[in-house]
Amino acid sequence: MAPKDRKPHVSRNPDLIRGVGKYSRSKMYHKRGLWAIKAKNGGAFPKHEKKAADAAPAVKPPKFYPADDIKKPLVNKRKARPTKLRASITPGTVLIILAGRFKGKRVVFLKQLTSGLLLVTGPFKINGVPLRRVNQSYVIATSTKVDVSGVNVEKFDDKYFGKKVEKKTKKGEGEFFEAEKEEKNTLPQDKKDDQKSVDAALIASIECVPDLKSYLGARFSLKAGMKPHELVF
Amino acid sequence: MVKERQGERCRLYTRGTILGYKRSKSNQYPNTSLVQIENVNTKDEVSWYQGKKMAYVYKAKVKKNGSHYRCIWGKVTRPHGNTGIVRAKFKSNLPPKSMGSRVRVFMYPSNI
Repeated sequence: MAPKDRKPHVSRNPDLIRGVGKYSRSKMYHKRGLWAIKAKNGGAFPKHEKKAADAAPAVKPPKFYPADDIKKPLVNKRKARPTKLRASITPGTVLIILAGRFKGKRVVFLKQLTSGLLLVTGPFKINGVPLRRVNQSYVIATSTKVDVSGVNVEKFDDKYFGKKVEKKTKKGEGEFFEAEKEEKNTLPQDKKDDQKSVDAALIASIECVPDLKSYLGARFSLKAGMKPHELVF
Repeated sequence: MVKERQGERCRLYTRGTILGYKRSKSNQYPNTSLVQIENVNTKDEVSWYQGKKMAYVYKAKVKKNGSHYRCIWGKVTRPHGNTGIVRAKFKSNLPPKSMGSRVRVFMYPSNI
């Protein structure tokens, strides 16, 4: 029989109580068939020859012994993973942003980035929210969905949104004040183009649905008598 | 004051009232405050609010960070009793003058 076909072996020595087997040592010897193995081998238990131990490479005695034992850091096998995405958030869901500059805005969810943050866009023309990252905890997912099949978000990742590293300027006294202020505030043109390309497909699918455009343009707010714990989004 | 545009009413928090500190008849424990959240009247309704952040906002004479307004952040920890009162812990204990005044209970960290 091929070894793989064997069923996993149940114990030959059933427990009477936990820790006490039914059969004694000598009975188990007989049951395991060790007498048969010995007989086959001419009276003694079969032995393997020990492999010659590899000669350990000659170690020089170290020059320096540290006075106290150094602690080894503990083993850490954790893997970094993006936060678990709530079941209510799928690409195309309309989210309500709860905090920050765009609080109250209704916004379209595109995808989750590897850092766990959500990539989101207004679209910009509709409510002024650009391509932006948002944390899942600061967002309410509504049940309204937008069709995002026409949008390509492959190129966006956390690096795209990171701060630009400025090259070190040489210290020239006259140029010091002038050069710094020039390039800081304008948004680079390629980011504007990315925004337009993402929004073009989105706006097309938004305009197909009646009232969706004005819905996305309006802000969410709690009114008198609204109980958040009873609201269904 | 010139307003660029009439700001849209955008309240994303529930109003709450600070009732006082957690206390027994003659001892009070200022590290936990009791808060009554508007329209929350039973213990079951509080479960939605557990963990939500709150802010006690107040004004002061000296400008800090360019503003007269200051804030103490905190969060809803657990219900207190059966009728919707809530226990809250703040980053620093609330001052006694806050008793009876407004607290904002936000909708984040959200779980919807």
